[in-house]
Amino acid sequence: MQQRVAACASCHGAHGEGLPGDPDVPRLAGKPAGYLLQQLESFQDGRRHHAAMEYVVRQLGPDYLRQIAEYFAARQVRYRRQAAPAVSAAAMRRGEQLARHGDASRGVPSCASCHGDTLTGVEPMVPGLAGLSYAYIDAQLDAWRTHRRVADGPGCMVVVANRMTGGDVAAVAAWLASQPPPADMHPAPAGAQRDPLPGWCVPGNGGVNP
Amino acid sequence: MTRRWWRGVLVFGLPGMALLGWWLFVPGRVQQAPTAQREAEAARLRDPALIARGEYLAAVGDCAACHTERGGQRYAGGRMLATPFGDLPAPNITPDPETGIGQWSFEDFWRALHEGKGRRSEPLYPVFSYTSFTKVTRDDALAIFAWLKSLPPVHQSDREPGLAFPYSVRSSLLAWRALYFEPGVYRPDPARSPEWNRGAYLVQGLGHCNECHTTRNAWGGMDRDRRLAGGTIPAQDWYAPDLGTQPGGGLAGWSKQDIVDLLKTGQSARGVAFGPMADVVRDSTQHMSDADLQAVAVYLQALPARTPAPAPGAFAQAASHAQGGQLYVRQCAACHGKQGEGVPGVYPPLDGNSSVTGPTATNAVRSVLLGGFAPATAGNPRPYSMPPFAQQLSDDEVAAVVGYIRQSWSNRASAVWPAEVGRLRHTPVD
Repeated sequence: MQQRVAACASCHGAHGEGLPGDPDVPRLAGKPAGYLLQQLESFQDGRRHHAAMEYVVRQLGPDYLRQIAEYFAARQVRYRRQAAPAVSAAAMRRGEQLARHGDASRGVPSCASCHGDTLTGVEPMVPGLAGLSYAYIDAQLDAWRTHRRVADGPGCMVVVANRMTGGDVAAVAAWLASQPPPADMHPAPAGAQRDPLPGWCVPGNGGVNP
Repeated sequence: MTRRWWRGVLVFGLPGMALLGWWLFVPGRVQQAPTAQREAEAARLRDPALIARGEYLAAVGDCAACHTERGGQRYAGGRMLATPFGDLPAPNITPDPETGIGQWSFEDFWRALHEGKGRRSEPLYPVFSYTSFTKVTRDDALAIFAWLKSLPPVHQSDREPGLAFPYSVRSSLLAWRALYFEPGVYRPDPARSPEWNRGAYLVQGLGHCNECHTTRNAWGGMDRDRRLAGGTIPAQDWYAPDLGTQPGGGLAGWSKQDIVDLLKTGQSARGVAFGPMADVVRDSTQHMSDADLQAVAVYLQALPARTPAPAPGAFAQAASHAQGGQLYVRQCAACHGKQGEGVPGVYPPLDGNSSVTGPTATNAVRSVLLGGFAPATAGNPRPYSMPPFAQQLSDDEVAAVVGYIRQSWSNRASAVWPAEVGRLRHTPVD
């Protein structure tokens, strides 16, 4: 399989670990397979945009996409610590506050409430945030805010990102990127979220379904 | 100079052509088939066997490719098709009565396919390939119509065309049609075998291969004398190769089996389908019957030998050849082999590969920049891939390595300019 997916390796690394020289490209290794498959489909169907990704995944059928997602989900790689961006101590505190506790006054849930207490994601659909670069997290939150990235399931992140200010986005991306990756990077098992998903996050329950 | 020439064409040429077209195409009474025939045809529309044949023929014609938006519902339209004259939306052809073809009679459909005219007799833009579809038989058209009518209706309104003046004026098409459109169902050549005729019908008609593989002039008209002889696809900037397999042809040396393999599985011993052809294989040709693919191969093999291009004097290797060779060893040889021999069934050869040695380096340069997978097909469900090098190599390096590949082993093509790479780097992929 590694040989078949050589196209992925040139940007994401031989095992999907991400390359130190390219902070815009996320790691794939160990992320939940359901999440990875959904992203591949989103690049095919135009819900996510990146010219190189869109071209590379264009010709693949659903079975093969699933196999590729499962392949990268099963890679076990030790994560590098990301280079921490230079932001003020106040911004770092704000980032930690948002990541661990959220901001009830703005209706922003914490990152941990959905992405797991260790921020390594939750099976099968919630990606880990640990070990991602500042550039990538910042770009994704911006893409959610501007609807350049949309979901084909509950549109939770569109709502969450739009309740954050530009400063919040930078702060939470900086804090997340500056954390040392935990020893165990496996996503938490399905249903391990601390709190139930907010009502507006559940389709059919006043949920957002773009 | 060029601008002034264009302005002259716009001011004097277009109205003249429109008048000429009007004169040649005085709108007459709409011709209809006899009533009894129309009633008999309408009665057949629910015949499951006809619908099944229509599904097959719609795949051969690749209708869904244009009439489906990315991530959208099949045949519901919405895809914007880029042309040099502006973007045109493919319409909804599901049987929704308000936004699709729910209220169309077969006569309406036939007129669109065969005459390139809409329900109100308005001339259709030739981005809808009626220049080819006019060759489709009435019975095949009926089957396709039956299939479309059997689809679940999707309520989705058509988008507005994004055409610039004067192309936004539909009557400007009358002149175009007079010059470049010959209506008429395919007429078999009795001197040829039934298999050749079937291939010719599929290639020239329903398969509409000419629409990409024939050079177009500045007006988007096809050069009648250079059918299937290759050309740059307008607005997409991929080079659709000459399909001739005789000496001097773009597929010189391709066997029948090579042609069938590429169309059926997406790859052959000679090369891999990429760019727009990968879409065609995935959505259309892989679903064709073996007999039809054989017929296409027979027809392509019988295309006449091409007059060889004049020899470009002494063949001169680019100054960057040595640099390209080093890059080749580092980046390409592990898969494509030190001598460009490839790995059968896995990686295409580069030595003697017509995608590499084509008259322009466009396809080779874009393949290096974009990488990607061969199309996933029933015959090759887990294709291998090529890394995109756009992020790794500079314009100079891409030009050097593609130039090296085009001028090594038995390859004797022209060199590549870095500026060309820079331009192609920014060409949109869709």
